Amino acid sequence: MELRGKLLDVSGLKVSFYTYRGVIKALDGVELWMDSGERLGVVGETGCGKSVTSLAVMRLIEQPGEIQAGKVIFNGKSLLELSEEEMNGVRGIEMSMIFQEPRSSLNPVMKVGYQIGEAIAKSKKMPIKKTYPEVREILKLVGLDPERVMNSYPHELSGGMSQRVMIGMGLATHPKLLIADEPTSALDVTIQAQILELLDELARKMGNAVMLITHDMGVVAEFCDKVMVMYAGNSVEYASTFELFERPLHPYTGGLLLAVPRVGRTDELKAIKGTVPDLVDPPSGCRFHPRCPRVMEICKENRPPLLQVEPGHFVACYLYGNKGEVKENA
Amino acid sequence: MNFGQFLLRRLFLMIIVLFGVACIVFFIANVIPADPVGAILGGNAPPEAVDRLKAKLGYDQPLIIRFGNFIAGALQGNFGVSLKTSNPVMKDIMNYFPATMELAIVAIIISIFLGITLGVLSAVHRNKAIDQFSRIFSILGVSMPVFWIGLLLLLVFYFKLGWLPGGGRLGFFTYPPPRVTGMYLLDSALAGQWDTFKEALLHILLPAFVLGYNATASIARITRASMLDVLKQDFIRTAKSKGLNRNVVIYRHALRNSMIPTITIIGLVFGGLLEGAVLTETVFSWPGLGRYITTGMLFLDYPAVMGGTLYIAFIYSLANLIVDILYALLDPRMRM
Amino acid sequence: MEKTAKVSRPFMDDLKHTAFLWRRSRLTMIGSVIIVIFLLIAAFAPLIAPYDPIEQNLSIKLQSPSWQHLFGTDQFGRDIFSRVISGSRTALWIIFLVSVISGSIGIIIGVTAGYFGGIVDEVLMRITDMFLAFPSLVLAMAFAAMLGPNLTNTIIAISIVSWTTYARLSRAEAIKVKSQPYIEAIKAAGGGNLRIMFLHVLPMCISPVLVQLTLRMGTIILTAASLGFLGLGVQPPTPEWGAMVSDGRNFLIDQWWISTFPGIFIAFVVLGFNLLGDGIRDMLDPRLRR
Repeated sequence: MELRGKLLDVSGLKVSFYTYRGVIKALDGVELWMDSGERLGVVGETGCGKSVTSLAVMRLIEQPGEIQAGKVIFNGKSLLELSEEEMNGVRGIEMSMIFQEPRSSLNPVMKVGYQIGEAIAKSKKMPIKKTYPEVREILKLVGLDPERVMNSYPHELSGGMSQRVMIGMGLATHPKLLIADEPTSALDVTIQAQILELLDELARKMGNAVMLITHDMGVVAEFCDKVMVMYAGNSVEYASTFELFERPLHPYTGGLLLAVPRVGRTDELKAIKGTVPDLVDPPSGCRFHPRCPRVMEICKENRPPLLQVEPGHFVACYLYGNKGEVKENA
Repeated sequence: MNFGQFLLRRLFLMIIVLFGVACIVFFIANVIPADPVGAILGGNAPPEAVDRLKAKLGYDQPLIIRFGNFIAGALQGNFGVSLKTSNPVMKDIMNYFPATMELAIVAIIISIFLGITLGVLSAVHRNKAIDQFSRIFSILGVSMPVFWIGLLLLLVFYFKLGWLPGGGRLGFFTYPPPRVTGMYLLDSALAGQWDTFKEALLHILLPAFVLGYNATASIARITRASMLDVLKQDFIRTAKSKGLNRNVVIYRHALRNSMIPTITIIGLVFGGLLEGAVLTETVFSWPGLGRYITTGMLFLDYPAVMGGTLYIAFIYSLANLIVDILYALLDPRMRM
Repeated sequence: MEKTAKVSRPFMDDLKHTAFLWRRSRLTMIGSVIIVIFLLIAAFAPLIAPYDPIEQNLSIKLQSPSWQHLFGTDQFGRDIFSRVISGSRTALWIIFLVSVISGSIGIIIGVTAGYFGGIVDEVLMRITDMFLAFPSLVLAMAFAAMLGPNLTNTIIAISIVSWTTYARLSRAEAIKVKSQPYIEAIKAAGGGNLRIMFLHVLPMCISPVLVQLTLRMGTIILTAASLGFLGLGVQPPTPEWGAMVSDGRNFLIDQWWISTFPGIFIAFVVLGFNLLGDGIRDMLDPRLRR
């Protein structure tokens, strides 16, 4: 089968966590794909597995978690089959990640300049001290004053500044893909806008793809070209941002959009009935079926596959066929 | 406040505390004993002997004057004359202190090395063999009395195996090296007397290990716990996402962060070393300050007890101050 | 299907959860078992001990462990097993009294310091620092030596060096409670300081102090044993584990049992308290309470 994404193609990703409460089946066959330079938003409620997906792609899943199955093809390499050493050659160089809490994601006893330099030093195989001129350039690029920030410790910086440092650190090696896991959720609204602008500007300059994980549909609308909606460890809908907002196909997506206030909306906000399922004992078949307003018998028995219903628009829902009316992706 | 202010404030506090310490020491040796002189001489001593000793000790003067003399003397380093050795107490202390210092230093070096190594290995190879062994070692180490461990190891390594000497700092026939610091290892090395050095080393190994046993256990435990904690932190995830290899992550990123609680423990265990020294020196016949004080207390040698206790409290406070300073240096967040 | 809401009974649930956590940690269970055994031995000591721990019988001195004398006999012909068993009573007595005395002193000083604040606080805290400026064993030794070594004075000496921890804890609690609105309310209604301190602040301190007391019981035994070993503690013929270890020093080469068995018991009981203490500490840690 041909790859759907030329830069990154994830299929059938299953991840479980073994805890004292039981086995949490966090990801149940996630699918995701991106092309170079693209901006993909990964959305869903808290606990739907968006962060786990990104960590799995970076192969940063630790005990008690385990990747059970799946394929991750990045830049022609099958990441799940690489040795740890080879993977280290990919992480930080071709693919990097920034996290939600920038201040706790930086080492508190190391100077900021050193931490950025570390990323560069590794890819260029030079001593860290020698990278400092380049670190200064990067700090300027992310809108920080090198003289002030270079020798500072993380706790001396504000949230916004720390996130800029993280972005600088992430892009210092000119990776092909930057994964941003809720980069603005911990920041003030005004800073949020600045950070998104920065990500936008830099992505344009450096040409990297961005996988933006968020629960904020507003951010998605601003920033992303394509969107992947996740629910309870499954990919349920994929489309361009415009398409998704205009014509959401999956009942969950519809529910999500109805719950978000938008300019021009005058109708009531509606919450989706029910609660997020317990992933130790998830619902049978389609995991959304207990809350779905349009549930059918077949939904309770089998999990619907993610199929292309219109050009560039994929849904995992029996409402749209799998009874023969579906167009397979070409 | 900056570092200088921090230092000044700590020193000031230390002086106040030391004064209070002197009060306590004086109280112990002068106010508590019901019949100090009678205790020394025994019940049947003739009254003239009692009076003579009283005058000699200055016990015929009112308390407040005695206290004043004590403080004045202490500030000059004069603690009076030992009733047992007839030497000025300060001279005795200076004689015996290096032995204790040497023992404590070697003990803490051993325990830091062993403790941190065991702790880090334990954390990194969690729940495997080395971890189990280290945890049992630690919990036992913290539970077993120092003097008992000393006796047991003495039994095994000296009496039964004969691998290590059974007591004292040097063999019976060996002369100590020319005195520079009073620490035989250092002095013999400085004088180039390598035979003496070797002998001193063999003699100090067992007592230092025993003295440091509790410390090793505590350090290992705290290093393990601290390391495990640090490895769960966000910034470790960031370090891994940068593609740094495992050893770099552990030794460059995690270790320094996990050392912060460890340093606190090292400070705490140092106090424990001073206590343990008292016991270890008794078991291994080590001629140090601990044994001096113990003998002084058993024989009611009041000047020795006062001087020795005050001196130990002084050293202990100094050690705590150094630890606080190190702590502030290590963690930039602490330099409030 | 509608589920009826469960009537929530937080106290019982909390208790049940605590019991669950307790059983789950193997080490804590082991610690608890050890302590229970210790308490039983101490309680039934005269019944368990086959011989009189004090009576001397030189004709059977220095015998190695056998069925008649499980732990052998010492240089005075006394049965070591009986002495070790009796020693548990001494140990328990010391632990109990020291805990009560040092806990009380600590709470009173701590609550006073925390509640009144200001100069009272400063002075009391400096005094606490002064006691903490000594290695605790050395200070205990000094007090024991000057008071005259015996069981009572051992208890007094150890109490004197132990109260500081509880003072600090109580002070922290007192400071927390002091700023609560309901204290203001009581004052406004005319409640005096003493009344507030005793009826409202003090009870809040009891729980953390109790936990700390348990954690430190092992240390108390070690200190008492150390004093006994050095000859500054409980005096013969009263059986005390530390003193017994010292008794056997001169006979270490050939009659290893005189020193070894008392030491094993010390280690055993201290281990029990340490495991129990660790478990209690973990249980109370909100992060781990899941």
